[in-house]
Amino acid sequence: MILTNVEHVPGKEIIEHFGIVTGSTVQAKHIGKDFMAALKNIVGGELKSYTDLLNDARETSIARMVAEAEEKGANAVINIRFATSAIASGASELYVYGTAVKLR
Amino acid sequence: MEQVVLVLLLLGVGYFSGRIAERRHYTFIAGREAELRHIPAHTLKYPMDRSRPVNDTGMAVGHIVVSQDYFKRFSAILRTVAGGRMAGYETLIDRGRRAAIIRMKESCPGADEFINVRIETSIIGNSGTSRNGLGAIEVLACSTALYYSELLK
Repeated sequence: MILTNVEHVPGKEIIEHFGIVTGSTVQAKHIGKDFMAALKNIVGGELKSYTDLLNDARETSIARMVAEAEEKGANAVINIRFATSAIASGASELYVYGTAVKLR
Repeated sequence: MEQVVLVLLLLGVGYFSGRIAERRHYTFIAGREAELRHIPAHTLKYPMDRSRPVNDTGMAVGHIVVSQDYFKRFSAILRTVAGGRMAGYETLIDRGRRAAIIRMKESCPGADEFINVRIETSIIGNSGTSRNGLGAIEVLACSTALYYSELLK
């Protein structure tokens, strides 16, 4: 599965379009990690626990999108976009969407 | 009285450790940027040299959550009263973006070029000045990594 955020794949030709494919995860914060982040927040700097948390959630979103594309018979997802939205306080949605295509 | 002492203590800890952490982070960023500078990353949709045959492509994603220290968050509240530039937050965002680009480049080792770099920033927690908010930002950098054919390099 080829993933790209441009409208084309260099060196390849698009032969079929399957429309939009999406994947999303709603991730709530972990209370223990949140406590550590609050402590780290006094000092400032990277909040590693949050970076990891969002990374995992984003990978899940991408996996869901790829699964949907595979179901449609695509071998690539082009023009991928990421979006993050705060659903409730302490939870955020990680949304990823793209266009499923068949390449040659 | 105790609360005032606690706030002053937190301000002191935040000021010194925040400064050290920021300087250390900037040293790290500058070092890694120099090491990765030979790989071009740009916002164009096509590679700079379109005649080169592309062997493979990949999705490069890098992200980071960075937070502000207590002292700078406190001084930002004062700054919102007086208005003007918030230098403390400018460096925070700058650090986040540069680190995200470094991680994006690191996520695809061996890539020759990164095209269509997009950077997104979002706030984690409510806001920088609220009590419950973390005052942290998340920066996401994503792009398409290109691997050129070995033979024509």
